[in-house]
Amino acid sequence: MNKLNPNTPDGNLANKWKDQLFNFKLVNPANKRKFDIIVIGCGLAGSSAAASLAELGYNIKIFTYHDSPRRAHSIAAQGGINAAKNYQNDGDNVHRLFYDTIKGGDFRSREANVHRLAEISEKIIDQCVAQGVPFARDYGGHLDNRSFGGAQVSRTFYAKGQTGQQLLLGAYGALNRQIHKKKVTVYNYHEMLDLVVIDGKAVGVVTRDLRTGEISSHAAHAIVLASGGYSNIFYLSTNAKASNATAIWRAHKKGAFFANPCFTQIHPTCIPASGHYQSKLTLMSESLRNDGRVWVPKKKNDGRYPEQIPQNERDYFLERKYPSFGNLVPRDVAARNIKEVCDEGFGVGSTGLAVYLDFEDAIKRLGEEEIESKYGNLFEMYELITGDDPFVTPMKIYPAAHYTMGGLWVDYNLMSTIPGLFVLGEANFSDHGANRLGASALMQGLADGYFVIPYTLGNYLATANVGKPDVQSPEFKEAEKSISTETGKMLASNGTTTPDEIHRKLGEIMRDYVGMARNAAGLKIANAEIQKLKQEFKNNLKISMQSENLNDSLEKAGRVKDFLELAELMAEDALQRNESCGGHFRTEYQTPEGEALRNDRKFAHVSAWEYIGKNKQHKLHIEKLKFEYIKLSSRSYK
Amino acid sequence: MSYDITEYKNTIKDTKKWLADGLSRSTGKKFLMAMTGLFLITFLMVHLFGNLLLLVNDNGISFNEYSKNMSHSKIIRVMEIFLFTGFIFHIGFGATVSIQNRLARKIPYAVIKSSETSSFFSRYMFHTGSLVFIFLLLHLNSFFIPHRVLESGLSMYESALIVFHNPLFVLFYIFAMILLSFHLMHGFQSAFQSLGIHHNKYTPSIKLLGRFFALVVPLVFAVIPVYIYFWK
Amino acid sequence: MKMNIKIWRQAFQTTRGNFQTYILENMDDNMSFLEMLDVLNEKILHEGGDPVSFSHDCREGICGSCGVVINGRVHGPLQGVTTCQIYMRHLKHYKTLVIEPWRARAFPIIKDLVTDRQAFDRILQAGGYISINTGGIPDANATPIGRHIADQAFAAASCIGCGACVAACPNASANLFVSAKISHLAFLPQGQPEKNHRVESMLKAMDKEGFGNCSNTAACEFECPKGITLKNIAKLNREYFEALFRSSLEEHPTHPHHGKGDEVAHAAFHDTHEK
Repeated sequence: MNKLNPNTPDGNLANKWKDQLFNFKLVNPANKRKFDIIVIGCGLAGSSAAASLAELGYNIKIFTYHDSPRRAHSIAAQGGINAAKNYQNDGDNVHRLFYDTIKGGDFRSREANVHRLAEISEKIIDQCVAQGVPFARDYGGHLDNRSFGGAQVSRTFYAKGQTGQQLLLGAYGALNRQIHKKKVTVYNYHEMLDLVVIDGKAVGVVTRDLRTGEISSHAAHAIVLASGGYSNIFYLSTNAKASNATAIWRAHKKGAFFANPCFTQIHPTCIPASGHYQSKLTLMSESLRNDGRVWVPKKKNDGRYPEQIPQNERDYFLERKYPSFGNLVPRDVAARNIKEVCDEGFGVGSTGLAVYLDFEDAIKRLGEEEIESKYGNLFEMYELITGDDPFVTPMKIYPAAHYTMGGLWVDYNLMSTIPGLFVLGEANFSDHGANRLGASALMQGLADGYFVIPYTLGNYLATANVGKPDVQSPEFKEAEKSISTETGKMLASNGTTTPDEIHRKLGEIMRDYVGMARNAAGLKIANAEIQKLKQEFKNNLKISMQSENLNDSLEKAGRVKDFLELAELMAEDALQRNESCGGHFRTEYQTPEGEALRNDRKFAHVSAWEYIGKNKQHKLHIEKLKFEYIKLSSRSYK
Repeated sequence: MSYDITEYKNTIKDTKKWLADGLSRSTGKKFLMAMTGLFLITFLMVHLFGNLLLLVNDNGISFNEYSKNMSHSKIIRVMEIFLFTGFIFHIGFGATVSIQNRLARKIPYAVIKSSETSSFFSRYMFHTGSLVFIFLLLHLNSFFIPHRVLESGLSMYESALIVFHNPLFVLFYIFAMILLSFHLMHGFQSAFQSLGIHHNKYTPSIKLLGRFFALVVPLVFAVIPVYIYFWK
Repeated sequence: MKMNIKIWRQAFQTTRGNFQTYILENMDDNMSFLEMLDVLNEKILHEGGDPVSFSHDCREGICGSCGVVINGRVHGPLQGVTTCQIYMRHLKHYKTLVIEPWRARAFPIIKDLVTDRQAFDRILQAGGYISINTGGIPDANATPIGRHIADQAFAAASCIGCGACVAACPNASANLFVSAKISHLAFLPQGQPEKNHRVESMLKAMDKEGFGNCSNTAACEFECPKGITLKNIAKLNREYFEALFRSSLEEHPTHPHHGKGDEVAHAAFHDTHEK
């Protein structure tokens, strides 16, 4: 039996979703309240899903390790959200957004999924505006747009540099309304530590209350995972400190296939690291590349201040190499080029690992006021961190891990290989292929949560015949026991290396060998290094022994443990994919000009990995990608 | 049109619920503080006008005339009820919110630099208000009670002369006026903010006016006993 | 850079806390304040102690998780920033750092510097939203909203719910937080239908939590990392005043205390699933 059936509906691309909606079985309104659903994570995808499902009448339990759902990391998305509204009359439409997203993803995503995303995009904006999201507007009172990398139309809706925050507050509001109506119960400070599968169906989770250490079971008719991505595997990333892979990794170990784990996105515009104590990297929104120009001095190791370097001694390398997209090339292309010029010795700043992002021309063209209104808070943030004012001197930027396109494998209905386990947002692999375009993550999270899961989950409940799960059943008890044992073991460890130290080392390995550019030799080294680190974790871990109140080091240890295992799989996936595509750049596979060289004949597929047991090699499954509506082409932004 | 008893009861019930709900909220209390505060501010102006007559050099004829009119006028009698109610509400609610505020932070900060984040006047409204209240009681004891309750034979002017020739009282009076000034420094503009009157266009003017009022009115009040003490 | 770090340590909500002093050396100007705490915690861990718990997540000033009082100033000595945006270069003139949690009855301490700010969530649950179901929405551009209005709504909506206003207020009042939420929705046409009920029920919820009263000291405005102004509190007051005269006596029809049937189903759900 092929477990990897994408369940893509037949028919014309544009009608697939509409037809599917009609073909779905429905749950009788009166019966909906008999179904319980667990949602893990409360970012854009989780909150919007929980709220929309609760509106339909299902009973929802939503879990977050934060103190409040409004802390979820979606809140930090700065730039905006795409939608094919064509408000700017610049020729945008659903098909163009679909095409841009597939192409931006370097032809490694499923056509049907992406088309549905593009179709839904318009509704998301309507929904958010109705919720009171204060998007930027023009003087006539209509919605304003900006353009973003990888697109030649202006289709990005934004709320200054706080779009993610505003969208999340909208979804959180919808969630609050359902909490008030008692259709949703929030379990804050609860971390999901295991998935419970009975008779092949996902029916519950085991969680730990971070405040008390209490381990408890929760059962439901279906589970929705919306726990975000795993960029923190790099230790230094733009993700929030607590973002982790634990929920998806533990679900993976219970049978959910992990797809394309090596597809990670390195964001080109982050503030460079300043020292060994660096705990995270701060993203500067990609929207800055709309008006900022990226350059380095033409001379290597040029020690002059940027203001002292005349125009003719500056190399605007993105504009030079990619005349039609210029500074707006997609993220992977920009990041790789920045890394390249720095590796060649043209980098600036004290570490030589930075390039300039200059607003001089934009300020001249639009005036300080306009720039201030567009990027005010980003400039302030930059100045606060670095002490430099971007109005006076150019920003320095360098790429950092930012988003993971890989994630749990899901079919067209967002269901994983475990029936009853649905995966939304960044946690799944579905829509972005090998590279995500800017302002598409918010779109995907909300599309999944508001407009896909309410229907697909209903269809599952109406057809799957899931019985009322019981937390007293042996499967739950066993899972609880194994979590208690594991936690107990960690608490009893008495070594000398802290979880952060191990995590930092892992990050260095990942950055050096599984980062922006990879090769077979490096990936093998990475694997060997990870094995050593795993041993270190096993034998020499040092954490605080507090078991009945908050214990950061224990939480971190559990997450690092999962990162170590996932890192191994990432390296393996990267090694197996003998091509370069999107965020996955294998140095062995590049064109003479240094561009990514895809191998569509052999690798136009999704690599989905199955966990078959401790200390055993993951088993690879292939889902062939069929492109019926788009001709595969070499991705060129020249 | 008939009006049966249940409807009457319901009206009472609804009104009570409305007022109790509305004014028991912290924002409701704030309205009351502001409204009564502004009312007391207007009273201060009327009172000051009367006091200024003490400075007229006619051996108190106009002042006595004025105080007699005040104590016999029906309108003033009615206004007095409002005034006392205003005082009671302002002081009562002030005390209530202050106690609530204390309870809202049981463990104080070990280090707190309040002076960097808020004005001195705004933080000590309860203290300045309480001392002004004590002054008020003494003030009533010196003037209101002997004249209006005990009906003493002295004229108001004579009473004023007696009281303001007591150096301790003059000092306390000045001290109280300084506190009143502090109280008004925050209270005047704060009342407008509490009533939702805040706009870039006129809030700066209100604040300026408030500071002027808080400075001038207590100053003139304080000048009178000093003048009497030294020159009458 | 060498410093004495005096930190409030409290193991549980119910136990007594006290200050403990640590000494840290070799700190760098460009180290963030929270990175300093990271370094301290690694040190404590290596010495066999229990690291200091503190709230933090995004470390870029938007999630609203972090928040401590540093030497008497909420979110540290700078204005318009969160604790995670304080760098050691901003603190280097101090010999000793005194680090305390938010102090307010409505924000009980969970551990060390971590406070429980769910009171804010409960206030928002009482009505801090526009009641609208997913789907069936008119086009986003159907209702134009003047840029001036949209900007004001956005300015209010940029509140991150960190609790600095409560921590800074001499009265531990939550008025600035609530007013930001109220103003955001009251500015927008979408927020009009429920505005009277919203302000009443949110204020009711606020008072229930044990916050102090607003006395317009403006300390909140001074310390707010997102620049939320007192104008929002004035707007809150106006909204409340309007609601006093215009709201209905009955409970709001769109916020029913859910039908009997739902209650039963809900209770059943929790009976079966909780131990």
